[in-house]
Amino acid sequence: MAKISTEKLNLWYGDFQALQDVNASFEPNRITAIIGPSGCGKSTMLRVFNRMNDLVENVKTSGKVLVDGIDILDLDADLVKLRKEVGMVFQRPNPFPLSIYENIVFGERVHSENIRRDRLDEIVEMSLKSVLLWDELKDKLKESALRLSLEQRQRLCIARLIAVKSDVLLMDEPCSTLDPQATEKIEELMRELKNNYTIIIVTHNMQQAARVSDDTGFMLLGELVEFGRTQDIFTAPKDKRTEDYITGRYG
Amino acid sequence: MERHVDQELKILNQEILQMGAFAEEAIYKSVEALKNRDKALAKSVIDNDNNVDQLELAIDEKCIDLIARYQPMAKDLRFITTGMKINAELERIADIAVDIAQRTLELVDKPLLKPLVDIPKLASVAQNMVKMSIDSFIKGDIELAKKVLLSDPEANELRNLIQKELTEDYMAKDSSSVPRAVQLLLIVRFLERICDHTTNIAEDVIYMVQAEVVKHQQGKVIK
Repeated sequence: MAKISTEKLNLWYGDFQALQDVNASFEPNRITAIIGPSGCGKSTMLRVFNRMNDLVENVKTSGKVLVDGIDILDLDADLVKLRKEVGMVFQRPNPFPLSIYENIVFGERVHSENIRRDRLDEIVEMSLKSVLLWDELKDKLKESALRLSLEQRQRLCIARLIAVKSDVLLMDEPCSTLDPQATEKIEELMRELKNNYTIIIVTHNMQQAARVSDDTGFMLLGELVEFGRTQDIFTAPKDKRTEDYITGRYG
Repeated sequence: MERHVDQELKILNQEILQMGAFAEEAIYKSVEALKNRDKALAKSVIDNDNNVDQLELAIDEKCIDLIARYQPMAKDLRFITTGMKINAELERIADIAVDIAQRTLELVDKPLLKPLVDIPKLASVAQNMVKMSIDSFIKGDIELAKKVLLSDPEANELRNLIQKELTEDYMAKDSSSVPRAVQLLLIVRFLERICDHTTNIAEDVIYMVQAEVVKHQQGKVIK
């Protein structure tokens, strides 16, 4: 069963329609890339998946977004639970101005009370190991997270989601501030993590989508033009608009 | 640092090696079938060709996928594009082994025209060239690739010798020998074609390893 699926998803910012009848299905243990030119709606779609657009004024949606079969657009959807399960990694890594340790346990402290210190220690170790930062940082846990390199910060942000046991990692241009080597490392981490998570990445970088993803969706003007196996999209796209975009002919 | 694409390239390398093993096996069996007048062995070469064809398609798909998804450069690009070409050469070699097996099936029920002496010699040269060309690819060994190119004249000489013998000593003298002699002439032609495919592989290997084009200018390498 799909981890996340959308049915006739529409979204308007005021009068502007940003998503048009999007039907998509995101499978678990796979990396799905969403590509498309600026303003095509790819980040908007990603933000719908944990209802972050609720924070924007005059947003209206219709259709369904099912996470584990439950429609999260329902007015009585449990948003705290949703945002725990469906975590987001942003373009610029955004650690809190706290220690590395406190960054990771922050979510756990919000979600539960009176957790034992040794339980928190376990969470920190497990989360940092998952993002391959443990060996580098185990002796620096009290240091400020703001002293980390950009790549380490981005890994830390992913570790924060792992700490609250997210099932889905939404990544909005997670490597756009990183150099090619750091990008390669984050991509390798994504490949490791997909064994346990559903990963959806929005990227301007078509090469990155081609390298890292299993499935790819191409969006244009709010429409999901084509969705399929990455290999097929990049070798034999069915829609001429997809072909024009991935061959650099669009616009 | 090992890149993700390195794992993919290793898989591609393994698949091309498997293709090489298929081609070598097909040649070996078709020549053995001819020498020993072994119908079952000849048929097995024909039957296995479907596996070779399927692997050829899988390797082609893999190469196209790698180019589309990883935008390979320099030696990675040369490895993948060479891999595609070698894949086609090996598939062709296996097809020729099928041709030999089919001619063998035609010959088996008829009396032996002559004891086979030079044809097995030519077959042995061809088999050796196939083996050397595949090894040169596996090891990226240019010297071995050059040896393949240097072996080709020997194959051509043997072919000329056998052709002359079959046409002058048999076909010209005894028209009843023509049907069998023609089958043998075809087999000789097939064996010599196999040698030509191995020289293509060797030239591709030289390009892959040192980015030098030696195609259509063999003298340059032999010197």
